[in-house]
Amino acid sequence: MIKNLKKQNFWFVFTPYLWLVLFFFVPLALIFKISISVSEWGMPPYRDLFSLSENGLEINSTLGNYLFIFSDPFYIRSYLNSLSLAFTSTVLCLLIGYPIAFYVAKSKTSIRNILLIMLIIPFWSSFLLRVYAWKVLLQGSGIINSILIHIGLISEPISMLHNHYAVILGVVYTYLPFMILPLYGYLVKFDLNLIDASNDLGAKPLNTFVKVILPLSLPGIVAGSMLVFIPVVGEYIIPEMLGGSDKLYFGKIIWDEFFVNRDWPIASALAMSGIVILVFPIIIFQLMYAKYNFKNE
Amino acid sequence: MYEPFLQIIDVSKRFDNVVALDKVNLKIEKSEIFSLLGSSGCGKSTLLRIIAGFEKPDEGRILLEGKDITKLPPYVRPLNIMFQNYALFPHLNVTNNIQFGLKEEKISKEEINHRVNEILNLLELNGLEKRKINEISGGQQQRVALARCLVKKPKLLLLDEPLAALDKQLRVQTQFELVNLQYKLGITFIIVTHDQEEAMSLSDRMAIMKNGEILQVGNPVEIYEKPKDKYIANFIGTANIFNVVNENNQIIIKELNYEVKNINNKENYFKCLIRPEKISVKKLENQSNNLNIGVVKEVAYLGSYTKYLIDVNGFEFYSFMQNSLVSDNLQIKWDDKVQISFNETSIYFFND
Repeated sequence: MIKNLKKQNFWFVFTPYLWLVLFFFVPLALIFKISISVSEWGMPPYRDLFSLSENGLEINSTLGNYLFIFSDPFYIRSYLNSLSLAFTSTVLCLLIGYPIAFYVAKSKTSIRNILLIMLIIPFWSSFLLRVYAWKVLLQGSGIINSILIHIGLISEPISMLHNHYAVILGVVYTYLPFMILPLYGYLVKFDLNLIDASNDLGAKPLNTFVKVILPLSLPGIVAGSMLVFIPVVGEYIIPEMLGGSDKLYFGKIIWDEFFVNRDWPIASALAMSGIVILVFPIIIFQLMYAKYNFKNE
Repeated sequence: MYEPFLQIIDVSKRFDNVVALDKVNLKIEKSEIFSLLGSSGCGKSTLLRIIAGFEKPDEGRILLEGKDITKLPPYVRPLNIMFQNYALFPHLNVTNNIQFGLKEEKISKEEINHRVNEILNLLELNGLEKRKINEISGGQQQRVALARCLVKKPKLLLLDEPLAALDKQLRVQTQFELVNLQYKLGITFIIVTHDQEEAMSLSDRMAIMKNGEILQVGNPVEIYEKPKDKYIANFIGTANIFNVVNENNQIIIKELNYEVKNINNKENYFKCLIRPEKISVKKLENQSNNLNIGVVKEVAYLGSYTKYLIDVNGFEFYSFMQNSLVSDNLQIKWDDKVQISFNETSIYFFND
């Protein structure tokens, strides 16, 4: 009986891992392979890692791609741009999302469900469409400019599109629910008596927030921030549609290397280093956080 | 001039057209244990939350030592509340929970440590200082919640169902501890409870609440012996309520067909109360011509006393007899015929 149960558990756990291996680690390994290959003209545009010639087995591997991207400030700058975009958007999402999540979590059940649905409804339309909608709103002949001209605030359309502010706006708009939902998940469990207790013990509202509400919703803040920060670093569509030439972002550079320059090894090296640079700090953070939580439980 | 410690004047509160409190007036004296007793939804918790400052009354005022505190936010009121679920901070350990309120005051670190240690000793929480809240028992949590309030040296302590979360054995012990603590510290306690036994044993005075109104205020004895109406009589303890009629200037308890002789005041009373412990029953040995004969319908032996349900001409009421008074050879059983007797002074007349 127990043995059967274990067998079931094994498949229950193993299936998602199998999925992860097949569709994440295998492609990742392929990308890694390409990233240490030598670029050449042809199809595919890189030389095989191993080839047989008269001299026997040849290994055509190089770290040159990595050395190249780290020696060119162009790539580093684009990566820093992406990090700064991710950081700014995460902070903005948190500042906007926290009060919303708190309000939703503390409203009556009937209203709460409506509010939650309103948060989720945008997901029913295509991500691309939603970003495109912002393009329509912001463009020179768009609604916002028309209204501003109509009420006489401006006489000529202001250019709101194709700069990094438009990108931040698009990112914050798109990723806000990813911040709100995990925050909501923690705040909805929050015992309102704790706020009363803190007030009663002499803590003013701000102190109550800093000393009671914030520490207890920290796991939600961390989860939400990760859900926003990580995908935004590699975000391609929003900078492509709303961004301009004032700032280049990492996702866009990888795209260009792949499809414009057809330099797959460089593009792969970029992708790999992006992952490594991002993943290690996150793993370290997670471990520290798990330790902190363990101590607190 | 005389001035009550806490004065609640004409306080009303509505929630979405539901009246939670309707012109409540109450005076609470310094250093007393005062209970607000009532079933759920009677407004007692709302009144407590208004005193604490979490809710603002729609009308009325709250005066503490003569000062109007109605509009003060909770964090400046010189009182503290202990919540029913304790509302201890789960991310802080015992010490940090207790000193949370002190850190909001401008007090030196030495003073904070001194006061925390003092209260840890008083409530026997030594050794638990570094524990997390979920690492200590329910009884210990209750004491931490109490310590967290008392360390602030409040003028008034509000306790919302202080014993409800404890198991029965612990509840009785904690009851005594609470009373002792209050006696030692002299802080005024206001306790909200739905448990009438708890209210009776804890309080100096109590208020019975129903539908947002205060029905009666008094000490436990007054409330038990002289309830204002049928609701209170039934709410506190077990009540035998009989109808009273005035026939040709004779006061008669209808159901028992008993004429009350020693009554000076022949006003029009409609009801009377005789508590079960004041009615004694005796097994009939031989057929007597006494009018007060009943039949035992139920017997419940409860150790120190026995509950009998007596039927007289189809009307049922209770008699509680101390078991030390019932001699063994007169053990009363179901369907036995019994003689009923009571002292006329234990009849309490009222109008309702």
